[in-house]
Amino acid sequence: MLTKRIIPCLDVKDGRVVKGVSFVNLRDAGDPVEVATFYDQAGADELCFLDITASHENRGILLDVVSHTAEQAFMPLTVGGGVRTLDDIRQLLNAGADKVSINTAAVQNPDFVTEAANRFGTQCIVVAVDAKQVTSPSENPPRWEIFTHGGRNPTGLDAIEWAKHMEAKGAGEILLTSMDQDGQQDGYDLPLTAAVSDAVSIPVIASGGAGTLEHLYDALATGKADAVLAASIFHFLTFSVAEAKTYLGSRGLPIRQVNGNE
Amino acid sequence: MIAIIDYEMGNLRSVQKGFETVGHEAVVTRDPAIIDRASHVVLPGVGAFGDCVKNLTQFGLVEPLRRSLSQGKPFLGICLGLQVLFTESEEFGSHQGLDIFKGKVKRFSSGEHQDKGLKIPHMGWNTIDIQAPSPLLKEIEPESYVYFVHSYYIEPVEPKIICTETTYGITFVSSIAHDNVFACQFHPEKSQRVGLQLLRNFGAWN
Repeated sequence: MLTKRIIPCLDVKDGRVVKGVSFVNLRDAGDPVEVATFYDQAGADELCFLDITASHENRGILLDVVSHTAEQAFMPLTVGGGVRTLDDIRQLLNAGADKVSINTAAVQNPDFVTEAANRFGTQCIVVAVDAKQVTSPSENPPRWEIFTHGGRNPTGLDAIEWAKHMEAKGAGEILLTSMDQDGQQDGYDLPLTAAVSDAVSIPVIASGGAGTLEHLYDALATGKADAVLAASIFHFLTFSVAEAKTYLGSRGLPIRQVNGNE
Repeated sequence: MIAIIDYEMGNLRSVQKGFETVGHEAVVTRDPAIIDRASHVVLPGVGAFGDCVKNLTQFGLVEPLRRSLSQGKPFLGICLGLQVLFTESEEFGSHQGLDIFKGKVKRFSSGEHQDKGLKIPHMGWNTIDIQAPSPLLKEIEPESYVYFVHSYYIEPVEPKIICTETTYGITFVSSIAHDNVFACQFHPEKSQRVGLQLLRNFGAWN
């Protein structure tokens, strides 16, 4: 049976992990390659690097990080942040990324997603959807819109319609982040996650808001997500990947346990 | 020495490093002379079936590939490197494969899978149900998890080549084994411990 995926995410800036990772047993917790290797051995199902380097000129550093990671961690790697051209994608895939996540460039030019999927295959094109609720909490049904540039720029695009549009354009997967919940650690946006999961027939990764193991469960069960992305709870060793998997398995979800058994 | 065939269908570094990690020397090449000299040949590949056949033809790799198969060298196909061994694919119209094995490459039915709440591509970790023994599965437990990412699957005519099956809405053939050939839909180079064991077994296969 296909299992639900647990995906730690690292924010990488100028080749270093930011937002801190507090592994006691790492020589250099700021080195993305070392952290990636740790998560590989810890049994994470995939890994995600989000590059937040401001300058495009420092792209070479990221490519080095990706290639060293791919040489040492034998697990799927998604890389996002600053992906604007087919050449950006080609370089990341050649460096060893398995999937590339596109955000702003897809909003600016939806056909870019089609070009990328035709050139590299739909399975490696992830579209990152950053959504924010635009209706007041009392309004029903709720509505979410797409924001770019880390949640600063509104686009007026409806998040559910946008996700469907991206699937039609050739996206192989949706990385759905709730801008309202991101960093709050009080749970994923479940109505948003469920609405997008129901609307598309490609896998959906839920992101933004993980603080407890129950939050992961809720995103996968109530939110119907295929995978959950989390940063802080794993980096700060609030919970290990193995603990998360044991918990989710005990709640009846299909999970690949770290020792290899379901 | 293991030759990993490079025909511009995806990054091959993980495959090469995977072999190196388990102690087998591997080179990435599209030089027919090196492929001829190699003791083992690997055909990886991600992307579209049509491009795969086109690139193999364009780089003059079809004949070296057929030669190494007929010489009885251990051969490992991964993902597209499995699919292309079959007669034809229905991916974006119909494409002819290498026809080493009789059979078709078909797409998961979106309607049928959607009814069951299953997404396409089939992406993530799923189990292999071993149907026939293979030296490549040595020390790999039944029902081990491996990493898949694909929307198409093979339907061989000859059931005797089936090595493992996997269930995703339907039960499909996730690897085949016949004489010197082993080919799998999943990615051993992305399947952590289990995948590295398979690569180790391949390198030790004579």
